[in-house]
Amino acid sequence: MTVAEGGGAPPRVAIIGAGPAAFYAAEHLLQRAPATEIDIFDRLPVPFGLVRYGVAPDHQKIKSVTKGYTSVALDPRVRFFGNVGYGEHLTLDDLRRCYAQALFATGAQTDRRMGIPGEDLAGSEPATAFVAWYNGHPLYADRTFYLSHEAVAVVGVGNVAIDVARMLSVSPERLARTDTAAGALEALGRSAVREVHVLGRRGPAQAAFTTPELKELSELRDVDLIIDPAEAALDPLSRAEVERADDPVLRRKVELIQALSRRPPAGRPRRLYLHFFMSPVELVDDGAGHVRAIRLARTHLVESEAGTPIAEPTGEVFEIAAGLVFRSVGYRGVPLPGLPFDERWGVITNGGGRVTAAETGEPVPGLYVAGWIKRGPSGVIGTNKRDAQETVECMLEDAAAGRTLGGRCDRDEALAMVACRQPPHVTFEDWQRLDELERAAGMARGAPRVKFTSVEAMLAALGR
Amino acid sequence: MKLLHVLATKGPMLHTCAPGTPVREAVERLRTADVGALVVVDGDRPLGIISERDIVRRIDRGDLLGTPVEALMTAVGAGAADGRRRQLVCGTAEDDVERVLDTMIANHFRHLPVVQDGALVGIVTTGDLARALIDSLRGSVETLEAQVMADDDRG
Repeated sequence: MTVAEGGGAPPRVAIIGAGPAAFYAAEHLLQRAPATEIDIFDRLPVPFGLVRYGVAPDHQKIKSVTKGYTSVALDPRVRFFGNVGYGEHLTLDDLRRCYAQALFATGAQTDRRMGIPGEDLAGSEPATAFVAWYNGHPLYADRTFYLSHEAVAVVGVGNVAIDVARMLSVSPERLARTDTAAGALEALGRSAVREVHVLGRRGPAQAAFTTPELKELSELRDVDLIIDPAEAALDPLSRAEVERADDPVLRRKVELIQALSRRPPAGRPRRLYLHFFMSPVELVDDGAGHVRAIRLARTHLVESEAGTPIAEPTGEVFEIAAGLVFRSVGYRGVPLPGLPFDERWGVITNGGGRVTAAETGEPVPGLYVAGWIKRGPSGVIGTNKRDAQETVECMLEDAAAGRTLGGRCDRDEALAMVACRQPPHVTFEDWQRLDELERAAGMARGAPRVKFTSVEAMLAALGR
Repeated sequence: MKLLHVLATKGPMLHTCAPGTPVREAVERLRTADVGALVVVDGDRPLGIISERDIVRRIDRGDLLGTPVEALMTAVGAGAADGRRRQLVCGTAEDDVERVLDTMIANHFRHLPVVQDGALVGIVTTGDLARALIDSLRGSVETLEAQVMADDDRG
């Protein structure tokens, strides 16, 4: 079944956002409905979303998924319009006028808060901002982080927390061979940080990081990875969980944590502490409005009614000194103009990818979501493939049934609309030029690339 | 992965009924909504759940269709009238998908109301959770494969 059977104009689809979910959706759409024409919009001049601005610069292999995205973007049925922001240059009415369907894949652009006193002190930062900063995201490139204190705390034990801890601990020489943004490279090179505390509320068996990520931490040059053997030990609930699950992946992770906890520190210049059973209760003011410590409650695990081990305070409270605290307790989507938003989960209200009215739950014809703005921030890059496919199947079903936005612009009319709204829009060919320039600049430094970190610099390089 | 990630794509609609709803009406609602259970609520507080199975189990009851669902439902909390009745297990948005699925499989129930501060915010089924888990595992395989297949070039 293709959408355009019986002739007539090909169905035209707008995708807002150019990260993994956007490209997986485009790929599946082209496969299933070959007559479709797709315009992909991003508020930034460059594509790939969190692959470029979220994945750590020392994990280049993970970024190789962009090769697949590039072949999708180079398909003649696909156009990329960078530097065109939804809500800024493009409205829902524009989409209604020009496209049959619009898919929003804008991701989860903000962070979840811890909800504790002191969270707004200077030196309390979302890990997401730090990640965007060291990756050269134009909206974050000018940020500064307080790296003059010896100790930093990172709240959370997910992949982002581990990335942040590693970026704070690796040697400047190793970073120089990555595509870490120039400003961040310089600031991290001057960093006084010698001690990083990664804080997990639950135990080793519940930690979200993967075994390879932990192994990487344990092998960092000049860094002692320190784990308290008492915290690495499994409590009865976790022991039962590990035994019942009989999951070799989980077992290996727990065994590695325990083995590392028995390794004596070698007196290396930097220390990375991995803590378990600690829940933040307050960020402590140094008297001048800046964080000087994080107050923590020791926790133990109890089982929720539905069977999840959850952390409960034991009553013991203590402090760890830190001049900078990163919270990494999850991302959250941000509302988009004209679309219903569910504050509880931080997503656009949807049923399986169809945008639904907040009150009635009825689908809004022609509007769809995929990726983190649909299901919240969970999973790895590949998780977005299934997620996007589910949405695309809804789109095909609805298009066949005539439930669309009803927009009727052809390719040229859509282009004229974009050019009128945002003259300095960027095409995929422009991005390929920027890509070449970045890689060439990287060659000189022995790095994969040197990123442009401002929209102005990108446009200037393109002669705009 | 937490229950909130499953609830996020389920839309805002909740299928509920009042405790005095006759079984006839509940069955009709199960049929039209094409779901397997209704949460019995007082306002936004769940009192219990009435599933197809709760009804099928009492199929020999003469006045079944006129009976209010509260007489058949799996109720919240202990002390159900007939003593044999199972207790309704509720989850929260922060519960782990994998652990909850284990609990549901081990205890043979297929619908789990999700509450936040005592108020019903969603319902998940074993099917929802199994699918979320499969998708998540497939995603991991997809990503691992992409990494293994990637050339060792630096960018």
